Amino acid sequence: MKNLKLLREYLRGSGKTYLLSLVSVILMTVFSSMVPLVIAFTVDSVIGGKPIDLPAFLKSRVDAESVLDYIRNNLWIILVVLVCITALHGIFLFIRGKYSAVSAQVSSKRMRERLYDHLQHLPFDYHVKAQTGDLIQRCTSDIETVQNFIASQSVDALQIIVQVIVVLAIMMSMSMRYTLISIVMVPIVFVITVRFFINMMKVFIRADDAEGHMTTTLQENLTGVRVVKAFGAQAFEMEKFDEKNRTFRDLTMKIVRLMANFWAGTDLLCMLQHALVTAIGAYWVVKDQVTIGTVVAFSSYTGMLVWPLRNLGQMMGFMGQAFVSLGRIQEILDSKPEDYDTGSRPPIEGEIVFDDVCFEYEKGKPVLDGISFRIEKGSTIAILGATGSGKSSLVQLLLRLYDYSSGSIRIDGMELKEISREWIRKNIGIVLQEPFLFSRSIRENIKMGGGQPEEDRVLAAARAACVDHDIQEFEKGYDTIVGERGVTLSGGQRQRVAIARTIIRNVPILIFDDSLSAVDTETDAQIRRALKERRKNTTTIIISHRITTLSEADLILVLDGGRIVQSGTHEELVSKEGPYRRIWEIQSTLGEDMV
Amino acid sequence: MYFEEMEYGKRLDLNVIKRLAVFAEPYKVNIIILMVQMFFLALVDALFPKLSQYVIDNFAVKKSLDGFWLLCLVAVGLVVFQAANMWLMIRNAGRIEHYIPYDMRKTVFRKLQELPISYYDRTPVGWIMSRVTSDIRRIGVSLSWHVVDLFWSTFLIIIMTIFMLATNPSYALMVLCVVPALAILSMVFQKKILFNYRKARKYNSQITAAFNEGITGAKTVKSLGIEEYMLNEFEKTTGQMKDFSVRAATVSSIYMPLIILFGSIATGLVLWKGGIEVSRNIASYGTLVLFISYAVQFFEPIRQLARVFTELQYTQAAAERVVTLLETENDIADSSEVVSRYGSMLESDKSEWPRFHGHIVFKDVTFRYKEGGNILENFNLEVKPGEKIALAGETGAGKTTIVSLVCRFYEPTEGSILIDGVDYRERPLLWLYSNIGYVLQEPHLFSGTVSENIAYGRHEATMEDIVRAAKTVNAHDFIMRLENGYDTQVGERGSRLSTGQKQLISFARAILSDPGMFVLDEATSSVDTETEHLIQDALNRALEGRTSFIIAHRLSTIRSADRILVIDMGRIVEEGTHIELIRKKGYYYRLYTNQYMKEKKDIFEKADQ
Repeated sequence: MKNLKLLREYLRGSGKTYLLSLVSVILMTVFSSMVPLVIAFTVDSVIGGKPIDLPAFLKSRVDAESVLDYIRNNLWIILVVLVCITALHGIFLFIRGKYSAVSAQVSSKRMRERLYDHLQHLPFDYHVKAQTGDLIQRCTSDIETVQNFIASQSVDALQIIVQVIVVLAIMMSMSMRYTLISIVMVPIVFVITVRFFINMMKVFIRADDAEGHMTTTLQENLTGVRVVKAFGAQAFEMEKFDEKNRTFRDLTMKIVRLMANFWAGTDLLCMLQHALVTAIGAYWVVKDQVTIGTVVAFSSYTGMLVWPLRNLGQMMGFMGQAFVSLGRIQEILDSKPEDYDTGSRPPIEGEIVFDDVCFEYEKGKPVLDGISFRIEKGSTIAILGATGSGKSSLVQLLLRLYDYSSGSIRIDGMELKEISREWIRKNIGIVLQEPFLFSRSIRENIKMGGGQPEEDRVLAAARAACVDHDIQEFEKGYDTIVGERGVTLSGGQRQRVAIARTIIRNVPILIFDDSLSAVDTETDAQIRRALKERRKNTTTIIISHRITTLSEADLILVLDGGRIVQSGTHEELVSKEGPYRRIWEIQSTLGEDMV
Repeated sequence: MYFEEMEYGKRLDLNVIKRLAVFAEPYKVNIIILMVQMFFLALVDALFPKLSQYVIDNFAVKKSLDGFWLLCLVAVGLVVFQAANMWLMIRNAGRIEHYIPYDMRKTVFRKLQELPISYYDRTPVGWIMSRVTSDIRRIGVSLSWHVVDLFWSTFLIIIMTIFMLATNPSYALMVLCVVPALAILSMVFQKKILFNYRKARKYNSQITAAFNEGITGAKTVKSLGIEEYMLNEFEKTTGQMKDFSVRAATVSSIYMPLIILFGSIATGLVLWKGGIEVSRNIASYGTLVLFISYAVQFFEPIRQLARVFTELQYTQAAAERVVTLLETENDIADSSEVVSRYGSMLESDKSEWPRFHGHIVFKDVTFRYKEGGNILENFNLEVKPGEKIALAGETGAGKTTIVSLVCRFYEPTEGSILIDGVDYRERPLLWLYSNIGYVLQEPHLFSGTVSENIAYGRHEATMEDIVRAAKTVNAHDFIMRLENGYDTQVGERGSRLSTGQKQLISFARAILSDPGMFVLDEATSSVDTETEHLIQDALNRALEGRTSFIIAHRLSTIRSADRILVIDMGRIVEEGTHIELIRKKGYYYRLYTNQYMKEKKDIFEKADQ
């Protein structure tokens, strides 16, 4: 029941087209089941001269014999009738095919967009913890499973069921005894099929996994080709690949063998059923118990029963899969998105105050503990700390990517939690530690940060981020496509493009989360100078390991274990014993040679 | 572009077929047996209606049971024969389907191990991946199931035609007269349907790519606040896919109704003419039933033939791509002299290998990539065994090129590189590779455990060796903190570890393989300063006594080098030790010092005040 609700939800908006295709299935099956009747009628009554049983109300009005005579003399009528029935069958077959596909496509489009939108609005934390591969699979192959189920398997299953009912009804009306003979194998074939496909699921999954392992081995080998070569590990890699290759082959061969048993076995039963129907039919014709036309019709009908029923088992397997997929899709939709719009939208100048801010991902494990500081509008603050000291969490709080547990953060005197998330993110630019570039041109990547900026703003941002020169060096300049389909940028280039993308917006607050690490010291300094020139009163927060970068800040915070252990200007900090000075000494050993 | 090849083979390409034949050769017998099996399957399929005809004419119409039980026996015999043949056929075809691709993947993988780095620099991994996976899979399916369908259809059409002509030529003509229409319709529609199908797959992979981006880039999207923009972009893709799929569905939904309509015309014609003749006792009931069966049965093989012909064209294109890969010329390979002396490229005889001392000489080396101008010109350099060389210079100055040449990832365009006095082209590649310890800026790990990764370069290493290597690079402590210590799975490409952790493991891996020479593309990021200091310390110990090339970003590395080469535009513009270069106050001085000097000076000036 829950499953059907999910399916209805999935089909919302396409219900009518889907219904239309289901109705067509019924009509189409009715027409296709009539063809053997026409043939039987022709063989028995038209050619064989067997009188027809007309329903009572017709009997009095129509002279059956004269009608038959008329048909006998004009046999082309049969051709016309046959073609007409088939044409009707064909029309509904077309409607069924087209509209089941349309409803599947339209509803899947809607569902894909809903998923995409939903995912984008799930909290930051969700994406930090998310298993990317699993999510992508739900959004792609699970959707596809449901889509195929709607477009073909569900319709096919209905067709088989309707066909079985209609055909059985016709057969029973013709001869009860003969019908029983014609379906002796059906239950056996059906049970075998259902059981077979339930069992096969496991083998299919194992084979899929084996193929996955083989692909992973290949991919790792290709992406790590330098390592493979440099360690002379080609022979080892070949052996590793061969093992996965062979496992995959052997598993698929196992499937082949099982399939051979299944297809040949059920084929045997189905063909025996056919033989039985023909033999018994002939026997009964000799004994004058049925007509030749009946035998011919039963022979067709048997075909319309046994072969489809063999497929029905497979359909049931697909249906199980589709419902599992529906559940997996719903799981994503059930996770709560973050509230994006609620809150005020005050003009933001850039004064930031942290007042005894605490934050924890898990209860009892504070990541930030009693953080207090103040940043004047337009000043620069730098944060130093080892991995896990809480520095990234601190800036993520500012963007409301997470909400602080206690204390207060104020921007221009406004409590941060009162401001809408969307507004905050529009006004604070952050460059993440491992920035993600989208696989499109560099120009589009930079533009993405700022709505629809003009060309000269793209260039200006790229220049300020010191990446203009690098981009010009590429054959296609700003039209160079980034990523797998195009050019692979170096870590430093990626960071600088990300910086250009962020600063194109001219935001009042700018955050660099260790995002200059892959850029050399001089470029680092140049970028910071350019930024200062672009906008004098930008409040800037820089996280870095580099003393040279940190030293120019108006205020430096040293974080350790979620607390501020030191704060002050560079001059103040180097004159005191402490972590800052220790790191400064390590980094500036070069200087000693020059003094 | 180079990678967007035709996906549709127009003409039969003999070379491709020859290359494929090599792979099919071991399964020759299977394929021949398969054809024979298909002949019998088709024959029996065509015999069943004949059997019905016989039953109707000889028992039903004549009202006699003479020989009825014998015929039943024959029928059961045929059924069992057909099922048994089917069983064998599926197993046989399945064997071809999976064994040939297995062989091909093995061969291609081997080829990939031999191809030089330059190949990988210009070929996207995704391109290679789909050659090895989907293209080869398609070839397997074609050599088995498409062959099955092709032969079954052809035999069945021929046999049915013969039976019909032999039974009643004029009825036969009535059934056959719709065949051309069926054939043409099938060819046109199958081509279109398959084309649409492939195109839909392409749209589908675009959607997958979009999801991939949307999910892996979700954090970035959030930080930029561009959710709306991304959704709009996404809707464009899904909209295109939907519009196309609906059009495609219309096309494929028209096909079947048209086909059955033609089928019914044939059936109707037979009933019409046959009906008249049967009632006049010119023809038999059985014959009529036979032709009705054949009229219905005729369509399936035609549809299959049309489909298979289209499929085969795609397969040919797939095969072309695989063959292209297999025939890629390998410009860095062991020469025939080297092979005859040391054995093949990947199974070189280690006992014959000379000792590696690490004396390296660049002799008038000029180098350019396939496209573009010279990166190095008449480059000369001598590195003594055990010398520690740091390469400094701006991005694009040629540091990576020099290192790639030393590693023989590329070979000099002109001039030569001598290792221990011999041109390295006279030595086996594997010998050189086995003697390089290579640590990349972006470390690459393989799925598996931590210890497997450390032992990557020396599989016979004991646990003690592994732990010792880990301790040398200060990785032991963090490894022990991992869930299962050394047995912790690192995930695909090491995804469960941080970049810093991956870096430490890749150091340990290089040290354990105990190479004669180290090449380091140093990382500047990802590790915090104190950890970095520890690595540096470990590295100094590891490099002791070995020739090493370091693309240096860290000042501490540069300082401890025996010699610094300052590279600009592919030339050594300055060289010497750190102190020498600082004193010289040239390019190097400007490149690295101003920041630090300024800082230091400022502080001291302030302190003086």
